[in-house]
Amino acid sequence: MLTHVWIIPLIPAIAFVAILAIGKKLPRGGSEIGIAALAICFVLSLGVAAGWIQRVNHPPAVEANGAVAAAVSDGHGEAAASDLHAAAEETTPAAEESHPAESASSGHEEEASGHEEEHVTPPVVRTVTWFQSNGVKFDVGTMIDGLSTLMLVVVSLISLLVHVFSTDYVAGDRRYTHFFAFLSLFTASMLFYVISSSTLQMIVGWELVGLCSFALIGHWWEEKPNSDAALKAFLVNRVGDIGLLCGMIVLFFAAKGTFDVVTINTMANEGQIRHMLLLVASLSLMTAVMSKSGQFILHTWLPDAMAGPTPVSALIHAATMVVAGIYMVARLYGVFFNGFSIGTANINVMAAIGAVTLVFGGLLAFVQSDIKKVLAYSTISQLGYMVMALGVGAWTAGIFHLFTHAIFKACLFLGAGSMAHHIHSFDMKKDMGGLRKVMPKTFWTFVIATCALVAVPPFAGFWSKDEILAGAGQLGGDGGYPLMLIMGTLGAAITGAYMTRAIWYCFFGERRGASATHEMHENGPRITVPLIILSIGAIVVGLVNVPNTGFLSWVPGSYALRFEHYVEPTGAYFPGGLETFSHPEFNIVLALVSTLVGLTGVLLAYLWYWKDLGPHGLTERSRLARGGYKVLEYKYGLDILYVDVIAGSVKGPIARAANWVNQNVIDGFVNLVGTSVRRAGGWVYKYIDQGVVDTLVDGSGAAADVSGEVLRKAQTGKVQAYGAYLFLGATVLAAIFVIAS
Amino acid sequence: MKDLLNGWGATAVVFLPLVGALVMIAIPKSEETLHKVVALVTSLAVFVIGVALLVDFDYDNTAKLQFFQDKSWIEVINSRYIVGIDGISLPLIALTLFVVPLVIIYSWNHFPEPHNPKAFLALILILETGMVGTFVAQDLLLFFVFFEFVLLPMYFMIGIYGGEQRKYASLKFFLYTAFGSALMIVAILATYFLSPKIPVDGQMMHTFSMIELSKWHGAGLARNTAILIFGGFFMGFGIKVPMFPFHTWLPDAHTQAPTQGSVILAAVLLKLGTYGFVRIAIPILPEGAHWWAPIIGGLAVIGIIYGALGCLAQTDMKRLIAFSSVAHMGYVMLGISTLTPFGINAAIFGMVAHGLITGMLFFIAGSVKDRFHTLEIKRLGGLLLQAPRMGWLLAFSCMASLGLPGLAGFWGEFPAILSAYEPAAGLSEPLFRFYMVVAALGTVLAAGYLLWLLQRVAFGTPSEEFEDADIHDMHLTDYLAWTPMIVFIVILGIYPNLIFRVTDAAVIHSLSAVVGH
Repeated sequence: MLTHVWIIPLIPAIAFVAILAIGKKLPRGGSEIGIAALAICFVLSLGVAAGWIQRVNHPPAVEANGAVAAAVSDGHGEAAASDLHAAAEETTPAAEESHPAESASSGHEEEASGHEEEHVTPPVVRTVTWFQSNGVKFDVGTMIDGLSTLMLVVVSLISLLVHVFSTDYVAGDRRYTHFFAFLSLFTASMLFYVISSSTLQMIVGWELVGLCSFALIGHWWEEKPNSDAALKAFLVNRVGDIGLLCGMIVLFFAAKGTFDVVTINTMANEGQIRHMLLLVASLSLMTAVMSKSGQFILHTWLPDAMAGPTPVSALIHAATMVVAGIYMVARLYGVFFNGFSIGTANINVMAAIGAVTLVFGGLLAFVQSDIKKVLAYSTISQLGYMVMALGVGAWTAGIFHLFTHAIFKACLFLGAGSMAHHIHSFDMKKDMGGLRKVMPKTFWTFVIATCALVAVPPFAGFWSKDEILAGAGQLGGDGGYPLMLIMGTLGAAITGAYMTRAIWYCFFGERRGASATHEMHENGPRITVPLIILSIGAIVVGLVNVPNTGFLSWVPGSYALRFEHYVEPTGAYFPGGLETFSHPEFNIVLALVSTLVGLTGVLLAYLWYWKDLGPHGLTERSRLARGGYKVLEYKYGLDILYVDVIAGSVKGPIARAANWVNQNVIDGFVNLVGTSVRRAGGWVYKYIDQGVVDTLVDGSGAAADVSGEVLRKAQTGKVQAYGAYLFLGATVLAAIFVIAS
Repeated sequence: MKDLLNGWGATAVVFLPLVGALVMIAIPKSEETLHKVVALVTSLAVFVIGVALLVDFDYDNTAKLQFFQDKSWIEVINSRYIVGIDGISLPLIALTLFVVPLVIIYSWNHFPEPHNPKAFLALILILETGMVGTFVAQDLLLFFVFFEFVLLPMYFMIGIYGGEQRKYASLKFFLYTAFGSALMIVAILATYFLSPKIPVDGQMMHTFSMIELSKWHGAGLARNTAILIFGGFFMGFGIKVPMFPFHTWLPDAHTQAPTQGSVILAAVLLKLGTYGFVRIAIPILPEGAHWWAPIIGGLAVIGIIYGALGCLAQTDMKRLIAFSSVAHMGYVMLGISTLTPFGINAAIFGMVAHGLITGMLFFIAGSVKDRFHTLEIKRLGGLLLQAPRMGWLLAFSCMASLGLPGLAGFWGEFPAILSAYEPAAGLSEPLFRFYMVVAALGTVLAAGYLLWLLQRVAFGTPSEEFEDADIHDMHLTDYLAWTPMIVFIVILGIYPNLIFRVTDAAVIHSLSAVVGH
């Protein structure tokens, strides 16, 4: 199973083609193909998970690793690839290439001593040749370890639920079939991305999910704002891609010419790559993370991306695609950990970006009246938590939060979709309110997911967010990452407050606008069942990583920290074996404090909206408050800077200036040369040929006639004559040149 | 089969189109259908031989010239008829033989004014001879003849079948290229006279043989002389590519040329220049190449940014696509300027990818013009509503053109950027790394102008002007001509080794003389 994972992305890829080809002729417009494909994917992903758990429980003997790796590296892979080179001699070097990486990772088992886990479970890598250059073969393949297994399960689960939800939600849409086709393509790309065995493959997956994001944001492209949002998403991500390309290129050369993820990580952990190169690569790649995972200051595309259909927002712009950046950091953690000296620092670029994003993104969620925008900024803020977690060295906490967030945020987005399904508006101030009574299932699932987001114990988000804060407090150099701890705790209060506000506007008070005029009722099972499943997840999934230290020491070891046990990689390709790497421990004081801070946010918002307490009307009275509100309303001015100043000037004045130079300077010169030559020809004919030559060489006019003929032809603009003229000149030049040399 | 093709395979694909053209000349002008059939059959026959060549090609020895032929030609100056195909020329020959039949199919009901299928198709076949000949020639003079031979049919194609300013555009195209050729012939003659004599039939003579000259690779030549001679080649090939700042003929030629002319121009003609660098200038004058590399790289990245900015300023769809060629060929030239196998492999891939993708874009632009009688971007819009299939193909081609992974364009672009990180020994690393970053920046601009084009042309709703117009989506000939291109854009994107494994050994071989390699 673990060696045949390539089948998993292939299934939705085939579904994409099938839906495009025959979807419109099917009774359900192709959605049945998508759902069937995703169901199979989900089952297979669970199979992979089972296989991986089995492998961790019974790790293969160290000596056998190489043989295992070599044995699995036979000629299978992407369908197109396998047809084209089944030849054995081509695949043998591929097997040999993955060999050293394997043995390197297993050879360092003893260095990881001191850890409670002695077992090293090497990833299952399987590759085929993708292309060759400069005599070196480059591979494409699958790499299965705890992280990729987790992502397979998360992506296929959420995608499946979103597919089911969509069959009702987008029913009757003008492009129903296309919608499902692109959902399938997206899922295929995302699955391809998360099982990448090489950084090049990651670039491919990364861009393909970006394409699907573009296509789905712009799903209703007849309206310009939608296609604008799609363009913005693609272009901002392209800006980040500069960093992605450069960073991956630096790593390629730093690792002596390989794209292999395991090798790059291992070399980074073993100090075989200069720190400077790792730092440059990490910084470059951070730009990519900032764009893809919506980190401050490249996050601006994400709220606009809400122009797409809501299921797309749930799947792509909350649960899966936007965590591609987080995944990339986690996948190349050897590079980032060493590049940013995460284990010994008290602050670094990644942690700082995450911390700033989680606070500033959360603040923006306050001033939105569109429920999807609230959730979008909330996503930005939560992605900030994940980036911060990875930045402070709490790898497992960050990935755990990725996992829990995918579930509860998908629930929230689909809940928002459920609310808006009848009224076709997401404006919670204008068109919602009082939905609690008419949509009880939506209400309760939304509240549960909110509890998870606000990190109320024992909901899922509590366990993951607490672990992040514990990491910020305990990891790194002496004194931990204090600033990150403060920002993270502050973020909890902000989260509590804006979500309470959103619940007030959506579910309480009087029904307003469209929801008052429409007959409102709860949606059908295809919408509510995914909500219920996700809300159950939002309650329970946190329990998979319950700690068993301190206050919780009564939890039996075989139940505690299962997530860490199975998902966190072992071996030299992960910095887990380094001395500077450690795990945060559960701290009851911190857990209580952060929970209280979060609940304080909830309480304040409750008092403000329900009880009408607090300084209402402050923005009218205080200039400072009004200014602050304006800053938030204008989104810190970043949109104006990007859209109007940068993009506007590039496609406007700068492009026009370049074109002016082209037409008038460069081409002007060309035309000038053309006309001058013609004039010179005329002058020569008139004065030299007719004047000088004719009078001087009177009588021997034959020569003059010949030259005159040539020049006259030049004058009349006959191309052949020009050609002859040029070649004559060239031959003379050549002769001079040869003689001179 | 192998032995069967050995002696004449390369020669056949060069001259068979010319035979077809001669047959057409014998047929009266009024027999239009017959002309079409003859042209199509000829190009398909050539294509079939091409497939046979591909099948017979020995992929384990791509550095070796295959289907080799060496006959005396102009004995006095020891210029010989030497032809052969190796891993560098094979992909480009395949591209040419692939594109020409598709262009003829597309033409079936789409003959530009003043109609006359006889002349038009004959010109295409004559062009094919010139293009393929350039790619198989292994003698400098023979190469030059083919290289120049291409000019005439294209000149007539633009000058007779072009748009309103066809006279200006065709003359500019011809003169500009001829100017470059003039300097190139200087370089060729200088190479000829300055290279050592070799024994021919007991006599010592200079040689035009690229094989011999590559073996010589400028050994013993004064450095300054090598640089000067390379400069001559640089002008000849650089104008053809076209490199900034010698590119201004291109937008005019493309905009004025008929669709078929644009497709061939973009798909094949521009590659003659880049091919010349890879095949002739660099292997024969590695030292000159080394001196010129930073300049070429610099002009290449300027071209990338400048071309992209030019695209953003265009108001005409076809002219925009033409400008995008300047940017795309910038990536190809950047790859070449690194003088590394990685870069040049990427460049050859980029040539093929650009040929298919930009060819596709010109096809679509031509069909848009055919339906709407305008290419002014402002007046278009909502193509996806009126002609959904064409709209989706435009979206597909734009994505391919901006270098989306999984499609062919990526494999020309990314490895070229990558190769700039570590250019050949002796070239300035900081400089080329700077180029790398600029080139990466260019990918953002590329996405910008292509998606903006897509947004304005395909998204939205049709303008009032065309609201009620009856727009026909794709014709049968469109399906036949475009499907193979789309398929190959996808296949090469998924499995790039189809080209890389062909070029790799040949490129390494051709660079064996480059300093420090």
